[in-house]
Amino acid sequence: MIGLAPRIALKHLLARRRQSLVSLSGIVLGVAFFLAVSSLMQGSEQDFIRRLVDNSPHITIQDEFRNPRLQPVQQLYPEGAIEIRRVKPLTETRGIRGYPQILEGLRTLPALRASPVLVGQALVSFAGKDIAVSLNGMIPAEVNDVTTIQNYMVAGSVDALIANPDGIVLGDALVRKLSLALGENVTVTAPTGEVHTFKILGLFHTGRADYDNTQTFADLKRVQALLKRLNRANTIILKLDDPQRAHATADEIEGRFGYKSVSWQEANEDLMSTLTTRNIIMYTVVSAVLIVAAFGIYNVISTVVLEKQRDIAILKSMGFRARDIRHIFLIQGVLLGLAGSAVGLPLGAGLMLGLMQIRLKFPGSSDPVPLPIDWNWPQFAIAAGFAMCAALCAGLLPARKAASVQPVDVLRGAQ
Amino acid sequence: MNETVVEAERLTRHLAGEVTVTLVEDASLAVHRGEFVAITGASGSGKSSLLYLLGLLDRPTSGRMWLRGRETSTLKEDALAGMRLAELGFVFQFHFLLPEFSALENVMLPMQRLGLLQQPEIEARAIELLESLGLAGEANKVPRQLSGGQSQRVAIARALANDPLLILADEPTGNLDTAASANVQKILKDLAHRHDRGVVVVTHDRDFAAAADHVSVMSDGRIRDK
Repeated sequence: MIGLAPRIALKHLLARRRQSLVSLSGIVLGVAFFLAVSSLMQGSEQDFIRRLVDNSPHITIQDEFRNPRLQPVQQLYPEGAIEIRRVKPLTETRGIRGYPQILEGLRTLPALRASPVLVGQALVSFAGKDIAVSLNGMIPAEVNDVTTIQNYMVAGSVDALIANPDGIVLGDALVRKLSLALGENVTVTAPTGEVHTFKILGLFHTGRADYDNTQTFADLKRVQALLKRLNRANTIILKLDDPQRAHATADEIEGRFGYKSVSWQEANEDLMSTLTTRNIIMYTVVSAVLIVAAFGIYNVISTVVLEKQRDIAILKSMGFRARDIRHIFLIQGVLLGLAGSAVGLPLGAGLMLGLMQIRLKFPGSSDPVPLPIDWNWPQFAIAAGFAMCAALCAGLLPARKAASVQPVDVLRGAQ
Repeated sequence: MNETVVEAERLTRHLAGEVTVTLVEDASLAVHRGEFVAITGASGSGKSSLLYLLGLLDRPTSGRMWLRGRETSTLKEDALAGMRLAELGFVFQFHFLLPEFSALENVMLPMQRLGLLQQPEIEARAIELLESLGLAGEANKVPRQLSGGQSQRVAIARALANDPLLILADEPTGNLDTAASANVQKILKDLAHRHDRGVVVVTHDRDFAAAADHVSVMSDGRIRDK
């Protein structure tokens, strides 16, 4: 029996070549558009997440607590009914207490890199202009472990800070605004009143205007001195080898050290849910194309079933079972789905190549970028899978109808 | 007496509807190996309906039937399909060949469905059958390239593919000229007498009926034996 049903199915389709081709072209276009649109959507989503993940720390440990800290007596009797009234937290210099110890603890965890940061506000002044900036004090040798700023350097480098602790790295927009250039000196004033002169050792350009205008990087020790917070860091930023594990790892870290640890997923929760909604909308719309194509398939198989009543009757009288007949017409759906995918996927890939030629300047970025396309196999598999499903469903009804043909009814009518 | 191929006892077939129509009423008959039976009667006398009942294409409203000693009225659809495949061969007034397949492929279909033989054996047997019916040269033609008589002989070859014990023919010569008719008649008669099959032919051709070993005449769904 293997091979017989597909052979009959194929003959039926070939006998109605033109109609089969029309319904096939529906599936081909459906698959192609499905593939192109879903690859574009997926690509843009991945691109978006990649930027998000790359350009922000995977986990940020902040110098604050989500919940009031446990008092020693509560730690001693975790099951006890204890009430302590009028607890007032100790006033202390803001920052993560014992951050070198925490860092040591973090470094025992696998597959992550951590570095302390002291972030504070400061004024950058030159030639009578004062501009408020965020001053990031970091350990210069570790900057490239936990940030991607090096990728955006347009002049100088972050590593120059290792050699010269009195250096500073600024955004190019800020430097231009101040009429400065690489190698020149700039005065930084902290809210504490401390003033320090830094030499500009690097310029970066991320394309995000607010970032390029307000972020600055300098040596941790200098910033600690400037902000009068010696031996303090108020943030620890982490990069993981696998960004998807950030959520779990953040929970683990928070449980262990108490400080609020925010994963990139948590920090961007609203964006992530928007992406999900966007995906649902996209799949609904492109599936509609395939559903329309499925009607084409339904149409051609129904016509074949109607035309082949006599053949079905004779096959049944010959000893073909109802399910053998059903298979013949289901296989026609499968064949159309397969052929549609076989032609539609390359066509979709062609569309994707075409889309990649388009370069757009997105709002918020200053450079035109090509449309991001996801070329991974799951996109192709999903498009083909959808097409096969649609084709199979389209074949289902006519196939059932064919299987229920009573040979006697047909023979009586014919004679 | 030879082995009984099919035996029917008081078969009745009603068609339910606003008015119940009686197709076959109280028909009993037996066909043995080597027997050539003709069923005749006017149009609408129920002879084709009886043939469909004997061929397991339709189920009787009441009455019992045995095919090679096995009662069929209790069998499920798939089991009936299996019996049609292995035990029965049909020839209809219209040849009903699958138009997309060549004569050879049409003859091979039942054997491929049964799956007892390998592909080369199936092909060899199909060619042998076509040759025995004088169709050696037409094996690779598609039905529309064949004459009516040739098509009907291909249909007979197809009916014989799985070497059935019972051959059922419904007006096999209804659409053929005299020469082709005589040829088909001879083939069916040979199947019974030389090859020891049971053959039941529904016909209103008196000459054809006259050649049979036994003639049952039907009217109003009842068998009135001559």
